[in-house]
Amino acid sequence: MDRRPPISRRNLLLGAAAFGVPAALAGCGSSDTPSGGTSSGGLGTVTIGSNASDEIPKKSLETQVKAFTQGTIKINTVDHNTFQENINRYLRGTPDDVFTWFAGYRMQFFAQQGLATDISDVWREIGGDYTQAFKDQSTGTDGKQYFVPSTYYPWAVFYRKSLWEEKGYEPPATLDEFTALARRMKADGIVPIAFADKDGWPAMGTFDILNMRTNGYDFHISLMGGKESWTDPRVKQVFDTWRGLMEYHQPAALGRTWQEAGQSLAQKKTGMYVLGMFVAQQFPEADRGDLDFFTFPEINPAYGTDSIDAPIDGYMISAKAKNVDGAKALLKLLAQASSQNIATELDPGTLAASSKADTSDYSALQKRGAELVSKATHIAQFLDRDTRPDFASTVMIPSLQSFVSEPAEIDSLLVSIEKQKANIFR
Amino acid sequence: MAAKTRRYSARDVTVLVIGLGVAIVVNVGLIWGPTLASVGLSATGWNGIGPIEWVGARNYHDLAAEYPPFWSAVRNNLLWLAFLGLVATPFGLFCAVLLDRRLRLSRVYQSALYMPVVLSLAVVGFIAQLVYSHDYGVLNAVTGLGVDWLGDSSINIWVVMVAAGWRHVGYVMIIYLAGLKAVDPALKEAAAIDGAGERQTFFRVVFPTLRPVNVIVLVITVIEALRAFDIVYAINKGRNGLELLSVLVTENIVGEASRIGFGSAIAVILLVISLGFIVTYLSQLFKEER
Repeated sequence: MDRRPPISRRNLLLGAAAFGVPAALAGCGSSDTPSGGTSSGGLGTVTIGSNASDEIPKKSLETQVKAFTQGTIKINTVDHNTFQENINRYLRGTPDDVFTWFAGYRMQFFAQQGLATDISDVWREIGGDYTQAFKDQSTGTDGKQYFVPSTYYPWAVFYRKSLWEEKGYEPPATLDEFTALARRMKADGIVPIAFADKDGWPAMGTFDILNMRTNGYDFHISLMGGKESWTDPRVKQVFDTWRGLMEYHQPAALGRTWQEAGQSLAQKKTGMYVLGMFVAQQFPEADRGDLDFFTFPEINPAYGTDSIDAPIDGYMISAKAKNVDGAKALLKLLAQASSQNIATELDPGTLAASSKADTSDYSALQKRGAELVSKATHIAQFLDRDTRPDFASTVMIPSLQSFVSEPAEIDSLLVSIEKQKANIFR
Repeated sequence: MAAKTRRYSARDVTVLVIGLGVAIVVNVGLIWGPTLASVGLSATGWNGIGPIEWVGARNYHDLAAEYPPFWSAVRNNLLWLAFLGLVATPFGLFCAVLLDRRLRLSRVYQSALYMPVVLSLAVVGFIAQLVYSHDYGVLNAVTGLGVDWLGDSSINIWVVMVAAGWRHVGYVMIIYLAGLKAVDPALKEAAAIDGAGERQTFFRVVFPTLRPVNVIVLVITVIEALRAFDIVYAINKGRNGLELLSVLVTENIVGEASRIGFGSAIAVILLVISLGFIVTYLSQLFKEER
């Protein structure tokens, strides 16, 4: 060592130039090339564009793809809402191979524009793991499959068991019983129905369920598809029913977020809340066991309680995917029950879409949720996923908010929605 | 005159071409190009993916006749302008005049009033929610009222303008304060010797000398009113009584909706309103120079 010639600053720099820079460049490059998983499968790198920006879903996806041994995975996570709002530009630009998306009309819309890759061959392998309802929600208007369902969550009427036992409330089976219960709660000094619509979308859940209970799933989907008139007496009936219930809704809903309404339910200030299973997030860990739900009661005996909203999240392959084989292999992995169980374990507000998923580790709430969905004949995806995105965001959000602030003005509102619908669905 | 135009040498011409050329390219590429593209797109129906379809003035008819948020947005933009121009700006001037009189603790007042200016309007939006929220807001808690300040579409625009004004007052105040410091004290002295009262001195002597500052403040006020966006977006995405033209443009074009033609039509309306102010301002300016 002592014989080593002293290194001058100049030589050091030259040395760095000769060896260091290429090494550094190679170092940069290696983060993109297979490093973690073995490349024995030879499928190379698969990129995922993910909207799972929240901590739990993010961790869930990362854990699921660890099992992918045929290549390397690179996840590009983007903020949930930003991802959604930029989906058009994203898919037309340089999208990742696989991207997170939603089932139903929202998927069909992009498949129809030629922005998604047909994965019917993947479905021939995984088809047995899903019920027909899930397959339908993954199928484009051309009869081919474009989507692999991962998890979903049902919408229902949530309440706290302890409060209901204390007051002797029973889950209602019909609209009359529901109204009677709400009246009783009001007399007991509890706000019967928690309600919030500052963000614009939560009221869509109430509209969906009232419409499906009153007019059935087929009419609802056809209305969402722009094929029915909003001035139809059947639609008016829905808003009339809603108006009748308005006095039992939590007032000042347009200034409140669903999180605040969820907290009011947790604090027993409100009696029940029509929302997705994710309302559990607003409950402290200790109180989650106290959260229960019932499906929205029957309005029209012809339809009973045969439909619910249960939005499905999953994965698609972009039309511009560079590594289609790798992407398809990844979708097969994500379709496996074992992958989806990772998600349901980490996030108690979701259920696995695969029928083969292990439900023994489900929480009580998850078990009840799975039971609810299995009983439903029809599964809708939620208003903003069952119709055109422009109609949902620029027409339905302002319109439902205007109904919430002035429930008496139904006729003029419906005329206005119908005119705007005609402008968008032409 | 005609003979003089021949005096440019080849070098002059090159410099001119480069100098003017770059400016023209940048101007056309970044200002006129997008502006004309917006005007052109506003006459089309385009979802950003498929073919562009020519629809003429249909978008304008749709938004004026069948898009309820449009008129509330126009109304709110004008209200915003009126509020900043007639309430917030004069109040800022008033504060500046008071502070200029070297009150005790004037530095403290000055800092307190100027503080909100360093906040972005989006942050002011979050602060406004802490104050106005129905369930946990300070205002309802302190006064014992149960008003839904942000959810009630007949009052939310007013309370949000107060929040925006809170910031605007500080901004205007600091500009006027700088202007007032520059006013020659001899003028005021002379006015006092001539027997003018406080009020007269201010309106007849001091205010007219502030003319250049007034122009700047006027321009700032108009710009602030027309570009207002972040505060309402932070509060409720600019819906339910808080519609603004800028929000509707974003909502229609940038969001998942991708009604690019329709959104462009709204942008053109905003352009026309802005042009109204710009043309008035410039014509005033040129008239004086002559």
